[in-house]
Amino acid sequence: MSQDTLFDKVWNLHKVSSLPGGSDQIFIGLHLIHEVTSPQAFGALKDKNLKVKYPDRTVATVDHIVPTDNQSRPFKDNLAERMIETLEKNCLEHKIRFFNIGSGNQGIVHVVAPELGLTQPGMTIACGDSHTSTHGAFGSIAFGIGTSQVRDVLATQTIAINKLKVRQIWCDKKLSKGVFAKDLVLHIINELGVKAGVGFAYEFAGPAIDELSMEERMTICNMSIEGGARCGYINPDEKTFSYIKNKLCAPKSEHWNKAITWWKSLKSDENSIYDDVIKLDASKVEPTVTWGITPGQSISINQQIPLLDDLSPNDKLVAKEAYEYMSFKPGQYIKDTPVDVCFIGSCTNGRISDLRIAAKVIKNKKVSKNVKAFVVPGSEKVATKAKQEGLDQIFKDSGFQWREPGCSMCLAMNSDKLIGNQVSASSSNRNFKGRQGSPSGRTLLMSPAMVAAAAINGKVSDVREFIN
Amino acid sequence: MKSEFTQPIGKISNINGQCIPLIGNDIDTDRIIPARFLKCVNFDSLGESVFEDDRKSLKGRHPFDLEKNKNASILIVNSNFGCGSSREHAPQALMRWGIKAIIGESFADIFYSNCIAIGIPCFTLSKKYIEQMQNYCDDQFLFLEIDLKTSLAKSNDLNLNLEIRESSRKMFLSGEWDATSRLLDNENLIDNKFNQLPYIKFNSHYS
Repeated sequence: MSQDTLFDKVWNLHKVSSLPGGSDQIFIGLHLIHEVTSPQAFGALKDKNLKVKYPDRTVATVDHIVPTDNQSRPFKDNLAERMIETLEKNCLEHKIRFFNIGSGNQGIVHVVAPELGLTQPGMTIACGDSHTSTHGAFGSIAFGIGTSQVRDVLATQTIAINKLKVRQIWCDKKLSKGVFAKDLVLHIINELGVKAGVGFAYEFAGPAIDELSMEERMTICNMSIEGGARCGYINPDEKTFSYIKNKLCAPKSEHWNKAITWWKSLKSDENSIYDDVIKLDASKVEPTVTWGITPGQSISINQQIPLLDDLSPNDKLVAKEAYEYMSFKPGQYIKDTPVDVCFIGSCTNGRISDLRIAAKVIKNKKVSKNVKAFVVPGSEKVATKAKQEGLDQIFKDSGFQWREPGCSMCLAMNSDKLIGNQVSASSSNRNFKGRQGSPSGRTLLMSPAMVAAAAINGKVSDVREFIN
Repeated sequence: MKSEFTQPIGKISNINGQCIPLIGNDIDTDRIIPARFLKCVNFDSLGESVFEDDRKSLKGRHPFDLEKNKNASILIVNSNFGCGSSREHAPQALMRWGIKAIIGESFADIFYSNCIAIGIPCFTLSKKYIEQMQNYCDDQFLFLEIDLKTSLAKSNDLNLNLEIRESSRKMFLSGEWDATSRLLDNENLIDNKFNQLPYIKFNSHYS
């Protein structure tokens, strides 16, 4: 009897050849590109006089550099304008499908591909972006690549890569009320550490994962990379299939049943052999907030920032750096930390369900007068849906700025940046030094519901006090 | 910043140079090259911006600003170096500054692949030896001769057994680290694979 994980099955299916020294040549079923990591790859193709091998297998959108206030062309920022023009030209020249601003389908690449039904179980998916792991929520094997590998995928539809080991992260029971997928994944990264996933794919499984919606599953897989795992995935189930059904690029009519039959066969076999298994109790997870400069440095809302002596020798070096950068004292409570900026958006938490829960928290309340708060929907589709539901109005009424879709202040490649050592409550994925655009800016990662609560109170708050 | 930069090409079997230590765990690619420098359509000018924010905050005391390190080419780092964003701009910036090889306690996966793909061998070594080397560099020059055939690094006083992934080592020695042509050699196999994949047939987008 077969004892293969989904990872093994998908990997073996896509393996083209064994390369000298032990790496594999893997076929990439879906290649996603954006304006930041693709121009040099197209340049390299030109230098080598190569063509795009399967233009139909690559899909493009623009997200990282787009302004979210005024999107009229040309962009005010000349460099940003040059990048979008380069992408437009490359897609036209190589006949690559491009979802541009105003198409109704533009947005953050990891929000767009699932909502178009491009992301499906059993595919290999690559993109020049580390959060490509998001797509693993559908039972695909998806990982970030660099620009040279983008070039390889364009030219050959394959890459050279070493096979990963698989660690199953079994999440028992279910999340408590007011605790979200973001809290769970921050908790996992804190438990295992930011480098535990190096060399591994993470399989998220167990009752707590089964319980999650597809969008929550995307949040979990999205942040696999913050735990060091280039790839994270969840076995597909009925929720996966019903999410995909009727999407623009989903299998249609007679193909649908064939697709489902095949997708069902991909699940990790019972008694699969894993390289490692970790079990945790999801019911014990509480609203979680980062206090440091890596996504692993997090605590529950009612905990104190750890003392140096409470940390393992390996964690001490970065902890010292974090206290200093964040201007936090060991032992200080994270709750009630004043915040200057509140950001809801990103490929981690910029989907419709994220906006719905945040809107629920702030409805009929006002953003604290000391706080700049803004919402950046993950895609044009998310923005449209939110408007249909009247969420944009709820945000505006409470004092949030309502913006156009893009990556925005997750990485601050547009004009949305922290200033000086401002503190941001952010629904994004990275609290690295300088990540949100100011070399001394400070980021506290949390769920979108927690960001909403922080915006109202002007300080880090327990969202459970807002939700009854 | 060195004056002329030449991209590595072909077989890489020896790297000789001065070591430059950079202390810290979990140094992410946003720190190696902040996102604002990603607004470019080529990698040419990245070398001067490597570690821009860290360097500014250390006001000339950052290892990449010290006069004694200006000709160094072998970077000595601690654990999980290059975590975070997949931006190849990070190793490209290091390479354009003058880095030709990196020795560390451990590397993030995507950063490691990016280094291999552009011709920067990354070696691992235990924490103990890394710290010894970093300390040594504090007040003296450490020159290493690295031989990829044996994975040995030698200096006047040191003999180190470096570790490197076997597939990477072979690719450097054969010159196939620039993988495109090696992958294209299997064009028939790629086409066969495309035709075998079940989902190619049932995707309506690709009719």
